[in-house]
Amino acid sequence: MSAIRLRHCRVELALHPLREARGRPLLLLHGLGERTPREVPPELDAWPGPVFGLDFTGHGESSLPRSGGYTCEVLMGDADTALRHLGRATLVGRGLGAWVALLLAGARPADVRGAILRDGLGLAGGGPTPGTPRISFPEAGAAGPPDAFALAELSSDVRPPDYATAFVRQANQLSGLERPLSVCCAERPEWLVAVASEPGARATRVDEALRHYAAVE
Amino acid sequence: MHATLTPEEAAAAHYPGARRPDRQRFVEAFGLRLAVREWGDASAPAILASHGGFDFAGTWGVFAPRLADAGFRVVAWDQRGHGDSDHSALYSWDADVRDMLAVVESVGTAPLVLVGHSKGGAISTHLIQAAPHRVRAFVNLDGIPSHEPAPDVADHERTRLLAGELSGWLDHRRASDTKVRRPDSMDGLARRRQRMNPRLSLAWLRHLVTIGARKDADGWRWKIDPALRPGGFGPWRASWSMSRFASLPVPLLGILATESEPMGWDTRADEVRPFLPPGARVLELPGTGHFVHIEQPERIAELVLEFLAELA
Repeated sequence: MSAIRLRHCRVELALHPLREARGRPLLLLHGLGERTPREVPPELDAWPGPVFGLDFTGHGESSLPRSGGYTCEVLMGDADTALRHLGRATLVGRGLGAWVALLLAGARPADVRGAILRDGLGLAGGGPTPGTPRISFPEAGAAGPPDAFALAELSSDVRPPDYATAFVRQANQLSGLERPLSVCCAERPEWLVAVASEPGARATRVDEALRHYAAVE
Repeated sequence: MHATLTPEEAAAAHYPGARRPDRQRFVEAFGLRLAVREWGDASAPAILASHGGFDFAGTWGVFAPRLADAGFRVVAWDQRGHGDSDHSALYSWDADVRDMLAVVESVGTAPLVLVGHSKGGAISTHLIQAAPHRVRAFVNLDGIPSHEPAPDVADHERTRLLAGELSGWLDHRRASDTKVRRPDSMDGLARRRQRMNPRLSLAWLRHLVTIGARKDADGWRWKIDPALRPGGFGPWRASWSMSRFASLPVPLLGILATESEPMGWDTRADEVRPFLPPGARVLELPGTGHFVHIEQPERIAELVLEFLAELA
């Protein structure tokens, strides 16, 4: 199936329909430097509804902007653009996509019907506090996608645990879901340890999380 | 196509003490075109002036000529999305500092004096910390972080998380793909800007319209990218910037406003002092608002020149 083209400010995003079905969609958010897989990954096959995957700005078939300027908050805007197209959805994010899924679950609590956080590239970001001040440059000569600016800028962003938990609390208070977040990760950077210990988040397996969210309204 | 100016509009191009730049050029920052303005002898020692958020290089129009006439080459650029620089698909703190380094490199290899106002002071601080060998002295004009988030640094120093703020920010982005500024008269633009700059005169703001806005057949519009929006949020916190201020390895003069206003940072000298590097000086200007170099160009130029003379 060919990709749906969506506009997010000056960026054209590719939203890939991976499987048609009735019901609430599952939206896949890939990891840093990755792109939407060609097929529904086997471990997500149990999802009863349609499945879509979004290529973030500078990744896969989405447009590759000039001169960088990536933030995870803007990628949350990418995911929000897909959400506007799909209506309510359940999110499953890998690595960087897991962090973005958390942000969106807190920002759009009525429309995100559960977020499943999985291992993947870019899960830790730049750590819980800022490192030595530096200026990020792209790898010389890299053509992309993935955009070399995305690789440089989205691997050094700070992810403080209390920033993460503020999004969990918002999702927990406003979504009406008993468990808006499911943590299915072996890697546990500090922000994820904090998220997993909040009410409204639960450490579990992917198949259990899919069954759980398939059953919620 | 630019529309023809009325005689009154054309007259606003002139403002007492303001001078258009002596030279204009562009710098490419990885394919993004940044507009650079220069005042003074091109072979004189350089001062790089960094404007605040939602401003542009032309706001140095009264202050810069005073330094130029004292024997300096003053270089200023429009930050991405501002003034005559390209609008960008993406905006971030990292990108602004990287753009700034491209401008620094375009000036030459001798270490520069940095003068930064507001957000321009904050990105200058970051540039010095990341590339100290590029800089020999730093004047920060009401851009020293305090423990409160500043209104013009958007995603950088702000952690306030309110449901309304998050969805408001996302809704603005959802609307931005079709956003075109509505046209207005020169006075309309000046009055709108006065809401954010209530201490600046309408005559000055009308003058700014002639630089920072363009007139089309249907009226005037500010050139700034409509996708940019004051406020915002992100993981960074002001206290991190504040504690790092102590690491600055170059002579530093900090000048703080004392009058509270919408774009102001409300930083006080007493709260900054524990975070000053050795030998640094910070002073408060009584009765002055956030735009210190516009309210008191003569006084600020004097302070800067005294500070630089002491270094020589």
